[in-house]
Amino acid sequence: MLSRTADHLFWMARYTERAENTARMLDVNIQTQLLPQSAQAAEQGWRALLGISELEPAFDDKYGITSRKDVLDFMVRDPDNPSSIASCLSHARENARAVRGTLTTEVWETQNTTWLEMTNLLRDGMAEHDPSAFFEWVKHRSHLSRGVTIGTMLKDEAFYFIRLGTFLERADNTARILDVKFHSAEGALLAGQEADFYHWASILRSVSAFETYRKAYRDVISPARVAELLILRGDMPRSLMACMSEVVSNLAHVRNDMSAETERYAGRLHAALRFNSMDDILRRGLHDYLTEFLEQVYELGNRVSRDFLLPLAA
Amino acid sequence: MPGFFDEMYTDGAGAVRPHYREFERWLADQSPETITRKRVEADVIFRRVGITFAVYGNHAGTERLIPFDIIPRIIPAVEWALMQKGLTQRVQALNMFIHDIYHEQHIIKAGVMPAEQVFRNAQYRPEMQGIAVTSDIYAHIAGVDIVRAGAGEFYVLEDNLRVPSGVSYMLENRKMMMRLFPALFARHKIAPVAHHPDLLLDMLRSVAPLGVDNPTVVLMTPGMYNSAYFEHAFLAQQMGIELVEGQDLFVSDNHVYMRTTRGPQRVDVIYRRIDDDYIDPLAFRSDSALGVPGLLSVYRAGRVMLANAIGTGVADDKSIYPFVPDIIRFYLSEEPILNNVPTYQCRKKDDLHYTLEHLSELVVKEVHGAGGYGMLVGPASTKAEIEEFRQRILARPEGYIAQPTLALSACPTYVESGIAPRHIDLRPFVLSGKTVTMVPGGLTRVALKEGSLVVNSSQGGGTKDTWILEQ
Repeated sequence: MLSRTADHLFWMARYTERAENTARMLDVNIQTQLLPQSAQAAEQGWRALLGISELEPAFDDKYGITSRKDVLDFMVRDPDNPSSIASCLSHARENARAVRGTLTTEVWETQNTTWLEMTNLLRDGMAEHDPSAFFEWVKHRSHLSRGVTIGTMLKDEAFYFIRLGTFLERADNTARILDVKFHSAEGALLAGQEADFYHWASILRSVSAFETYRKAYRDVISPARVAELLILRGDMPRSLMACMSEVVSNLAHVRNDMSAETERYAGRLHAALRFNSMDDILRRGLHDYLTEFLEQVYELGNRVSRDFLLPLAA
Repeated sequence: MPGFFDEMYTDGAGAVRPHYREFERWLADQSPETITRKRVEADVIFRRVGITFAVYGNHAGTERLIPFDIIPRIIPAVEWALMQKGLTQRVQALNMFIHDIYHEQHIIKAGVMPAEQVFRNAQYRPEMQGIAVTSDIYAHIAGVDIVRAGAGEFYVLEDNLRVPSGVSYMLENRKMMMRLFPALFARHKIAPVAHHPDLLLDMLRSVAPLGVDNPTVVLMTPGMYNSAYFEHAFLAQQMGIELVEGQDLFVSDNHVYMRTTRGPQRVDVIYRRIDDDYIDPLAFRSDSALGVPGLLSVYRAGRVMLANAIGTGVADDKSIYPFVPDIIRFYLSEEPILNNVPTYQCRKKDDLHYTLEHLSELVVKEVHGAGGYGMLVGPASTKAEIEEFRQRILARPEGYIAQPTLALSACPTYVESGIAPRHIDLRPFVLSGKTVTMVPGGLTRVALKEGSLVVNSSQGGGTKDTWILEQ
């Protein structure tokens, strides 16, 4: 397969996944804001959300105070924000368009329809009138995109590069959500205190894990278990562990003469998740742990690019 | 309907022509609501599938649909049979002409073609002189524009021998008609066209460099912002070949390779949808970021084949067009089957004089123009437009030709006020490899503006499905 083709497939998947995770985070924040809280706490919630995506400077350049309306505008429709949902879905579609011949008709039409519908929904003001319904729509389109990929694509390189993109991006996004949500509560976590139920419930909901938590632990919600569920549980589809398993197996499928070192790198990350315990991680400090994980995922993305997607001359 | 040939109705009495009778009966049974619903459905599907073209001069990524009309253009099989013969003859002769001018130049030595018409032509590529190409074929894919005029006779308007486009619309229009109106296909014997990509791939493989048994064929596109990008992606997918851009290819040890996820892979045949000028920055335009440095030298060494060959533009140029009947007689010793439109060459004193005297009746075209840009349709122009054009011709007479304004035939078409006749043309796609092949029919383009003779999609033209009908 052409390297450029693989690159487009990889980024098509990453942008689709990123749009979904942005929608998840925004939706949870909106739900949380419905609870009684101080104006200051509300603003902190929005700041934290911008912090997850490292977008605080870009936001401050453009807007004054941090209001719900402005953050939503910035994160949903702002074409200047490369991480806004509108930008992500446009990029996903542009990448798909560049390689539409490699995709099945269904996958291409799903990407194209998502983009067409998004344009209409945003024009009609759905994101302002009923943001939750809009985020629900974004999530559904992402589910559909993945489902159509799995249901129609030949299991060949194109498929594996798409999956690689999906899970590298998800690993990054889950780690970011965890990091921000736990950052403020880390003291409480170490002390073993039960923090606010709603705080932990919201992070679980943002990754569709609220019911999963109940099922897995059959117990009240504790921060350490929330972290465990989203980091170490291989059976939780959005956990770091599950994402890295997928990254490792998809990498093996596309192996080439240059990629041995990259596979080893991914394998080490995966092994660390398998053999670490939650106690190890907490002792070290969750924030430090996640910061290092994010750096490693970023490095892994660079290595994939170098080995497969953008090889320098022959 | 005086003044032009109507494809569906005979003049005067308005009786339906035999090959349209069944369709007309069917159409009469459809309620206006059904037709409106189907037309909307077609629009939605085209948009969802992304069958769009980019518009130049707008923001990058601006996409538009080419309007699709649901009334087919129907041609009786007997008429097509003659057209096919004429097309085969014409394209064969043109390929022999291109081979000749890049080798022995018999036609010039015989005095049939003036030397300066070839050698002073901007489309003549000295780099191709003496270079061998597989089977001596240069114009592998030709999109010959044919119109019907006068009392119904066919004329060739242009031989597009460089990178003709539109074949994807021919294929998608048929798919759309079958999807919208399956019943119509049960009632008619319509020749299928869906095997075009098979013929194309077969032809491309057959022109691989000598000694390559299992050639790797790729389709080269200028990229996704090109107006015909949809077609490039569509054809590559239909043929199951890689769609490459210049940046995906590189030259090493006198071969062309593509960069793949498993390392370099050799490329043998390039179906390129990019003009000569942009294909190799070392040989042609050095500012081209779309091409592959060194490609021409590999091509000249015969290690890769390009379809179409470099330098075919010299044969589809409007200044060469008036000579095509003589070209056919010279190489094939046959009389041309398809008519040429009488053409005044403004480089000739008498022709220039005649042209300037009759500007309000003529169509004047730039010799190197394409896409319906830079032309004057005399009868449809204002005095001021004609005067402006007169100055342009006077400043550079050799840059223009003129033709009588043909009364193009018209086909009933859905327009805002209902069904009305609109002028059409036809572009069959002729493939030349070891043999000459083509699917029956081609792309019918329709000028949607009342009275307009310009069918180009960039100028507000639409398309129709084209049926070659066994009766």
